[in-house]
Amino acid sequence: MKGKAAINRELCMACGGCVGVCPFTALELENGNKLDLDGESCTGCGICERFCPVGAIKVV
Amino acid sequence: MGYDVVVIGAGPGGSNAARTAAEEGLDVLLIEKRQEIGAPKRCGEGLSVGGIKNLGLTPDPRWAINEIRGASVYAPNGKRISVRYPETIGYVLERKIFDKHLAMNAARAGAKVLARTVATGLIMENGFVKGVRYSRFGEEIETEAKIVVAADGVESKVARWAGINTTNKLMDIDAGFQYEMVVDLEEPDMLELYFGAKIAPRGYVWIFPKGEDVANVGIGIGGKEQGVAKKYLDAFIESRPDLKRGSILEVNAGGIPVGDPVDKLATNGLMIVGDAAHQVNAIHGGGIHEASVAGMIAGKVAAEAIQEGDVSEARLMEYEHLWREKRGKILHKIVKLRQAIEKLSDDDLNMLAEKLTGQDLVDFANGKNFMKLAKIMMRRPRLVSIAKGLL
Repeated sequence: MKGKAAINRELCMACGGCVGVCPFTALELENGNKLDLDGESCTGCGICERFCPVGAIKVV
Repeated sequence: MGYDVVVIGAGPGGSNAARTAAEEGLDVLLIEKRQEIGAPKRCGEGLSVGGIKNLGLTPDPRWAINEIRGASVYAPNGKRISVRYPETIGYVLERKIFDKHLAMNAARAGAKVLARTVATGLIMENGFVKGVRYSRFGEEIETEAKIVVAADGVESKVARWAGINTTNKLMDIDAGFQYEMVVDLEEPDMLELYFGAKIAPRGYVWIFPKGEDVANVGIGIGGKEQGVAKKYLDAFIESRPDLKRGSILEVNAGGIPVGDPVDKLATNGLMIVGDAAHQVNAIHGGGIHEASVAGMIAGKVAAEAIQEGDVSEARLMEYEHLWREKRGKILHKIVKLRQAIEKLSDDDLNMLAEKLTGQDLVDFANGKNFMKLAKIMMRRPRLVSIAKGLL
């Protein structure tokens, strides 16, 4: 069974690229400087993990 | 109280849309969710002399900080192709100052600019966008708007609220990562670009000098690629003693939309501009010029539509039509070129590097002279079908 995306805050640059690839609008860039995940909408598809330029997202 | 136009996002696209609309006499609000316009920046900082001119600007040493006279492109095997011009062909920008300068121009033209102000929703009525909900330091505000311009970047939400899907497919976005470094530079007036599946799969590493000993050193890789952009860039730096010795002053990341633009650029009461609309040169990934040109067209169409009292999708689609004529057609050709090049192996790229000049590469990046590339590829049976995609 698929899990949910988990953000590693140590690594996340809040660049917003993952927000632009999420097909489920589950990610948001709050005030432009903090990445937020809506766990309800996340399907664990892993697209954000695949994209992230710094490896800050893992589906767990 | 309402505005004629509310622009969401104060990057180059949004600021140029706001400035143009204000110059046309409209009441304009430009909001930016970040606390400082232009920061943190996202990756590349190059803009050509022609691009600066198209934006109606004169290079100002406060933001046009380094003159560029050419570029060196490195094939996977290290073969270098250079082109150097006698005159300045472009500038490396200080994006933080540049973006702020564009927002200042919008403000000076009469737009109201508000930083750290976040759009939280659209007011919709009978299928028309009628206004914006936004938040400032916890205060929730609603304002009417005859037209909303969604210039909210790669993480675009505004157009989605209005029913236009702006999601980037992984095949159509690059993962970008970049350092500003103090390094030894041999030619501070030349851009350097490095290609190869091991260096930057479906992308490239760039070194854009920002001065005698400062450079924007970055990478874009295909979003679908396994592996992390930062690790590829770190490996490249590690392999280069000159860079390895360097210092890191700034770190930035970002997503670069490199596919075709979104299905439609307007709906009732709304236009989409810049990265949100995927208006980027798919070969080099540059979006400053594309977003700005689109923003200026959108600002002008907004003024005409409001004067006529018709902000329907049919009326606002004039923006898309004008943009396609001016930039869309050429950008679509460039997407085709990217899709062809992505299918080439390192050996293919090495072969091409033996046959192409620096001027050829500049032409290709500007959507010109694809025939030369296609002809070379046609001579190799394996590349014929790829070459056909260029014609």
